[in-house]
Order: sequence, then structure tokens, then C-alpha cells
Amino acid sequence: MKHVNTLDRVVIRFAGDSGDGMQLTGDRFTSDSAVFGNDISTLPNFPAEIRAPAGTLPGVSSFQLHFANYDIMTPGDRPDVLVAMNPAALKANISDLPRGGVIIADSADFTKRNLSKVGYDSDPLTDGSLDNYQVHALDLSGMTVAAVKPFGLTRKDATRAKNMFALGLLSWLYHRPTEGTINFLTTKFASKPDIRDANITAFNAGYAFGETTEVFAVTYEVGPAPMPAGRYRQISGNLALAYGLITASRKSGLPLFLGAYPITPASDVLHELSKHKRFGVTTFQAEDEIAGVGAALGASFAGHLGVTTTSGPGVVLKSETIGLAVATELPLIICDIQRAGPSTGMPTKTEQADLLQVMFGRNGEAPLPVLAAQSPADCFPTALEAVQIAIKYRTPVVILSDGYIANGAEPWLIPDLHTIPAIDPEFASASNATDKAGEPIFMPYLRDPQTLARAWAIPGTGGLEHRIGGIEKAKDTGAVSYDPANHEEMVRTRQAKINGIVQDIPNLIVDDPANADGRHARVLVLGWGSTYGPIVAAARRVRKTGRLIAHTHLRHLNPFPANLGDILHSYDRVIVPEMNLGQLALLLRAKYLVDVHSYSRVRGLPISLSELARDLEAEIDQLEGTNP
Amino acid sequence: MTAVDQLHSELDHHSSNQETAHMPGSPLAPNGASYRGLAGVPLSLEPLNRKDFTSDQEVRWCPGCGDYAVLAAFQGFMPELGIKRENTVIVSGIGCSSRFPYYVDTYGMHSIHGRATAIATGVATAREDVAVFVITGDGDALSIGGNHLIHALRRNVNLTILLFNNRIYGLTKGQYSPTSEIGKITKSTPMGSLDNPFNPVSLALGAEATFVARTIDSDRKHLTGVLRAAAAHRGSSLVEIYQNCPIFNDGAFDAIKDPATSADAIIPLNHGEPIRFGVDGHLGVVRDRTTGAFSVAEVADVSEDALVVHDAHLQDPSFAFGLSRLTDAGVLHRAPIGVFRDVEAPTYDDQARHQVALAASLGNDDDALQSVINGGDTWTVS
Repeated sequence: MKHVNTLDRVVIRFAGDSGDGMQLTGDRFTSDSAVFGNDISTLPNFPAEIRAPAGTLPGVSSFQLHFANYDIMTPGDRPDVLVAMNPAALKANISDLPRGGVIIADSADFTKRNLSKVGYDSDPLTDGSLDNYQVHALDLSGMTVAAVKPFGLTRKDATRAKNMFALGLLSWLYHRPTEGTINFLTTKFASKPDIRDANITAFNAGYAFGETTEVFAVTYEVGPAPMPAGRYRQISGNLALAYGLITASRKSGLPLFLGAYPITPASDVLHELSKHKRFGVTTFQAEDEIAGVGAALGASFAGHLGVTTTSGPGVVLKSETIGLAVATELPLIICDIQRAGPSTGMPTKTEQADLLQVMFGRNGEAPLPVLAAQSPADCFPTALEAVQIAIKYRTPVVILSDGYIANGAEPWLIPDLHTIPAIDPEFASASNATDKAGEPIFMPYLRDPQTLARAWAIPGTGGLEHRIGGIEKAKDTGAVSYDPANHEEMVRTRQAKINGIVQDIPNLIVDDPANADGRHARVLVLGWGSTYGPIVAAARRVRKTGRLIAHTHLRHLNPFPANLGDILHSYDRVIVPEMNLGQLALLLRAKYLVDVHSYSRVRGLPISLSELARDLEAEIDQLEGTNP
Repeated sequence: MTAVDQLHSELDHHSSNQETAHMPGSPLAPNGASYRGLAGVPLSLEPLNRKDFTSDQEVRWCPGCGDYAVLAAFQGFMPELGIKRENTVIVSGIGCSSRFPYYVDTYGMHSIHGRATAIATGVATAREDVAVFVITGDGDALSIGGNHLIHALRRNVNLTILLFNNRIYGLTKGQYSPTSEIGKITKSTPMGSLDNPFNPVSLALGAEATFVARTIDSDRKHLTGVLRAAAAHRGSSLVEIYQNCPIFNDGAFDAIKDPATSADAIIPLNHGEPIRFGVDGHLGVVRDRTTGAFSVAEVADVSEDALVVHDAHLQDPSFAFGLSRLTDAGVLHRAPIGVFRDVEAPTYDDQARHQVALAASLGNDDDALQSVINGGDTWTVS
């Protein structure tokens, strides 16, 4: 019986060649951990190239998983354990591994040729350069090939199962349940029995190797995390977004119409929605980004829920059509899964630098609501709320997500769909005015005084025929108008309508626990979108040092919650961490005349919580005059 | 019988001779033909007239603009379809002709430059019960919107696209367009334009459009006939309309409009008939057996048997494409007029709706959605 150590949290990073199946391995370990009851947070990190040359640094793909017995906020800055399937994976990731960390490497891949490919003069597994780490150099490939020999696979196919061998070994080392992975492999390779059996055998062989080998003196347990009662699953941001859109479509009775063009990292929403046509979902893969949003707007005009999904470069192309949606005042959902820019930038890396684009990137005064999801699971309620706003106010709405939450996963308390309220589209069904002769007529731009939303009549509604368009419209009647006073009124009305959405936005709540003396923080850290995890985790760490810090997080970027100004003015210092060069900071300074401090990181990765915690501590100390 | 008269009789004949059966729910044309393109669109309970399709907006085209004639023909033709006015959607882009929807009392959207076909694709796919028309011009459809046009055509979305071709940019005051002849002197090309023009019919046939026709703004009868044939077609119908811009490109189509020259200028396409035209029918279209190319010959120089018999229903679009090449690329002296191609093919929107309906048969209530959202691997915290 080996010694069992109990840990509260572990970060594992699986790293290998793009073709080594590291994303799948990480996904499986995540699933098994989630089902076991741990809290989880993941960070897939892969190159944009599908298969860069084998064994090279640009071809390294990795998957980091943080699992714990408490509610964690991030996938972890640095791994405790690095699984390196080849020298390139070791070289690309070793600098992130803290001293004393565990390395499990496939020694079979550390050949002279592979070592020299990445610039190693000697084998780091044996030359002593890794003496500060706990290195387990194991012939994972060799053991896998031996284990799957009965299936008569080619050596290439046999070796490909080595990721399952590694997963089996790690599953043993961390006491993970194994049924999930075996079921998964059984289903995935149902049509290829040899491959199915080889993978299951490799997985079991890895597990058995752990049990019998003397290499590992200790195994580890990470207990379940306390979570609110209910049924859970793990979910990625893109999946939650797709489910949220389908649910909103059902709740509103408007069939979902997605017009989209493939783009990283948004394509998975297109893929997912395409699977769910049974719920009245139409997916249209358009010839380009412009046609994607154009068809979606056409569908909205026809009475469907028009949606387009894209990333920053796609938003640029859609801008003119989004402006048309502003002018025609039709519901439309634009999902921008942000990635690192400018231009093509780094398609598979994350960033939050589209905020000002979606706020202002249109000609003329073209305001629209902007909402940002803060975590993978949060994409579901964000999608629901975006649809509610779009329909109620007859307006395009932008949902901001990003590559980090799109691909990252976390546990999700599955909502009961029966408890989600219906959304009434309130289509116009009868005339709403009379002409000079007293005859009933329909005025498409007559507004609800409370919401300023215009009347929305869809084709097929008799007697309500009307024309809309991008050319300026006379108030109420919708006739073409170049009248100066009318234009000014329409510009101001469209803005007032969007500003008025604030009536539906809850006031922002600040997390600002008092210390033992009843004192509150002087420093507020304010974020939006996917920086939520790192900021909450960093604030916790800061509080553990005895310092005071307040935190609040914005979902509503346009309009801002009503109490945001008061909150900003009530702290001595406001720090705004963003994965851009200070875009929210610019908006806050402009609107509230508050000298917020921008905290920018644009590395294509989530903000590091330990770095942020350290920097927040320094800000607090400087403000308090206690700087050592 | 003049060539144009022949054409009219052909068009009447054409819509009554659809090779496929009447689709259930398709409105019937006065001659008993089925408007298959409109299957699924509800019929009006009361007969409609031209006035019903006239909005209260003042028409604001230049005096003498060819758009007036097309609008009048359209408004005159629509009641014949018998469909409900409220189940008609007209989507346009940007340009002079794109103001068209404002003048027709149906649902309409005056959209943005070049994108009308994309927007209309969304309308048509979302709603089987709506007849969708696209109004566009040569700049709108072929320059800024060229991509959307060819993709709508290749998908065969059930749209009727009226392409007003005046071979000039009118609304921006007279720059050359993608259909202007080489050497065109305009404000933006004072030394003459350099680029080769598109032949819209050739372009559409290159995209394998299932219905392609050409007509003339000033020939209301022919225009109406083409619209009738287009309404009978289920799928994308591209109708190129030669349209005179009296301000910036006046007379561009004089050769085919002037009674003195039109007989020799218009090559009439009548399905099933030899392509013969000109004063006293002295001209005809022949095909080179080696190259397959079409050309115009004096009938006296070739035997009558050598004349090409038009077949609009050939699946292979190269025959129609070959005919389209008889159009002058430069200053227009001669062009084929009529239906180049009219073939049956599945439409994108019918098939997309079919997939949704098929999938829905798996069960699509809230419980089914709940079960999808629950996924496979779940765990319960108590």
C-alpha cells in the first residue's frame, strides 16, 4: 500500500505535439475530475497551425487543468505537474514549472534527433539540468506499444495510444474514477473496434503500471469541493453560449437563425447549433462574415431570432450591417468571441481588445447594448439576457466572450429550463395610428413610451405592410426623411433607448468585506468579462495577507449599471485589469471623470493571478504609505 | 409576327408548359400555369389590383428614368400572382433602383450597398410563406455585392432578383460601373475606363443559376412575361433588365429600343424554336461544330436547318452561357433577350427547412432540450 497524500488543489499541464491528443487527454481528465466532484478550471492552449512540423516548438499543444476541493477561480498560473510527451513540450513549458515540480516525460521521444530539433545539446532528462524538479522519465511509447501488441496495429497507430497510457497513469496517481473515460472511448471508437480496444487497453495499462511500479512512492487525493446542491456538468463557454441561445429562442418562440462564417475561436458555436436543428434552429454557413450577419438580420426582419457568431476580424466586416440593424431597430445577437489582434493576430490566443470596436465601430451615432460573460458557464445567462434585451428594445446586442472562456471549462449547475421565464416578442398585430382621414394605419417607428422600442410587425401580418431601411426615417411614420430636426430627434431617441435599458440592469454589488476593525477597502479592483476568475482569486490572496481590497465586476458595458459612478467615486483608487491597453479604463474616465488605474496585460493568455495579487498589494501599500 | 411578338407568345407558352407537376399550394397563373416559386405563400382572399401595390410614398426618380417603367410593370403584374400582399417582401441594396421597395405597398427593406441578396437569403430561408424579391443594380449586385449574388445563385435560394442594369453609377453621379464598356469616359475615368465589363447573364450562368433571363425596361409586355416565368420558377431567378439612365448614360440601349434598329439588334430566345431574327428574319444563330461557339449568320448563307434551336431546360449551363456570349461587351448593338435557362433544382431554403422539420421529428419539447443541456456526464451534489 502506497502512501496517500491529501491535497486541496493540483494543477496539471499535459503538453505534447499537436497530433499527440493532448486536448483530448486534458478533456478526459477534466471530465473525470468534475464527475468526481472537484471544482475545475481549464486552459487549453494550442497553435493556430493544425499540424506544425512534428517535434518542433511551434507545434506544441497543451492543456492545463486546475482541480480542487474548494471553489477555484482560474486554471492556475503555474502547473504542479508537467506531462511532456516530447522534448519540444518540455522546452516550451519548463519555464512555467515551479522548482520542485513534477515532470513526467516520455523518454522514448527524447532521441538525439528530437533533442537537436529544439536545440538541446544533451538530454535534459539525464544531464542533471532538471535536478531542481522531480523527474519521472518513463518509456510511455514503448510500454503502450507493448500493451496494445495483441491488436496488430501499425507502430504508428499503436504509439498514438500513448496519450491514453499517460492518462491512465495520471488517473491512478490522483485517484480519478476511470469509468467515464472507458465509456467515452467505447462510444468514440465504436466503429473502429481495434482502435477502441487499443485505447482502452493503453488506458488500463497506464493505470496498472502506476499500481505496480516503484517509481511513485506517493499518490494524491483531492477531495470533492463543496458546491450548492444540484445536478452539475462541466461546460465550456462556447457550449454554454449555444445552449443559452437555443433556450432563449424557445422561451421567446422566435426560431433561431444563425448566419455565420467559420472563424477561430467562434466556430464551435456554429458547430454546436448545427446539431440542434430539432429545436427549430437554422444554421446558415454564409459565403463571408457580411452575408452571415446579413442573412441573420433578414431572418430577424422575418420574425426569427437572428444571431451571428464571430471574432474580432469578423465584427469589422459586419459593422455596416450592424449599423443597419441599429437603424432598422430589429433584434439581432452578435457574439464576438474575442481573440488576440490586430488583424489576424493570434487566432487561438485570448484578448479583450474588441470592447471599443463593438461600442463605437460603426459610422454615425450607432449605439447598441454590450454584455460580457465572465466565465464559461456564465455564457448561458448572458445569452439569455442579451436576447431579452434585443427583443424588448428592438435592438442589436453584442455578447462579448473570448478565447479563454470559449474553450475553457468549469462545473455548471444545470438550470431547470422550466424555471426560466418566457420572453414575449410582442409583435404588432393591429394598426397603431390613424391617418388624416381617420383610417387605421401602421406606423413602424411609433414607440413604446416606457422602453422607446418601436412597433415590430413581421411579414405575413395583414394591414401592417411597411418599409424600413438604413436611410433616415421620419419619426413614427418611418417615411424617408432628410429633415434636420427629425434627424436630430431620431439620433437622440436611438441613444436614449439604449441608455434607458439601464432600468432593467441590476445595480452593481461590490464585494468589500470589512476587516476586524470594521474598516473597508480604499482600493477597488474592477473588471469585465473573462478577467473575473483571476481578479477574484487575486483579491482572495490579497485579503489573506490582511490587506483590504474591494472587487466588482461588470457584465453590462453599455449601458453601465446606474450606480457605477457612485461606486467609482467612493474609493480612493480604482484599478481596472484588462487584457487590452485600457479600453474599459478609457470609457470609465470619459464617462465618470475618475482617474482609474489601468492594468494591462496582452500576452494572449489570461492575466496571472499571482502577478496581479502582487501588483494589487503594491498599490494598496503605496496608497496606505506602508510601502516597505 | 415580329421577333418581339414571338417572344411574348413564347413567354406565355413557357409558364404554362412547366415540365413538373403543379406543386400543392402553388398559386395558379391566369393561363393555368403553376407559380411554383410561390408554393407555400398564402393566397389573397380578395383580388388585388395595381393600386394595392402602390405605397403612399412619392416616387423620386429622375424624369424619364427607366425605373418608372419597371415599377409600373411590377405593380401591374403583382396582382396576377394572387398572393397576399403582406406575404411579399422586397429587399433592395443601395442605388437609384434600390429605392423601389418604398414605392410598393408590401413589406420591404432598403438595406445597404451590395447586401440585399444576403439579407433576402435570410428572409427566404426563414419563411416559406413569403415571396421574396431582390431589387438591385449593376453596381450593387455586380461590384460591391458580387460575392453575395453568385453565392445566392449557386445555392439556388428561392428569390426573384431584378437586376436593373443601366451600365453606370447613377446615384453617385456618373462613374463607370462593372457593366460599362471599356473606354467609357466618366467623371472617374476622364481618359476612358480600363476594365473589362461583366456580362451579368454570363456571370449568373457561370454560377449555374437555375433561371436566367434578360428583358428591357421599355417593353412592358416582355418584362411582364419574364416576371411571370420567374415567378413560375422555384429557386433563384436572375432577371437582368436593360434600364436607361437618361442623366448619366442616356441611350445606352438605343440600338435595341429604336424601332428602326431593334429587329436586327434583339436576338429573341424562344424555347423550342430556332433562333432567328432581323428584318424579315434574315439573321439567325448558328453553332460551330468544332468549338461550340455561337455566332450570328445571314440565314441566306447557311441552311435553315443550321439554325440553333433554343433549349432553356438543358441541365448543362454551357449552352445558355454560349448564347449569352452573343451580347456585345462594348457599346451595345446586339443582345439576346428572353429566358436563357430555366431548369429544376432543389432550393437551398426548401432543403434547409426540410432538415429542420426532419430533425424536429426527434422530439423538440422543453424536456428534450433539458436532456440535451444535461449532457452525458453529470454529477449530483446533495
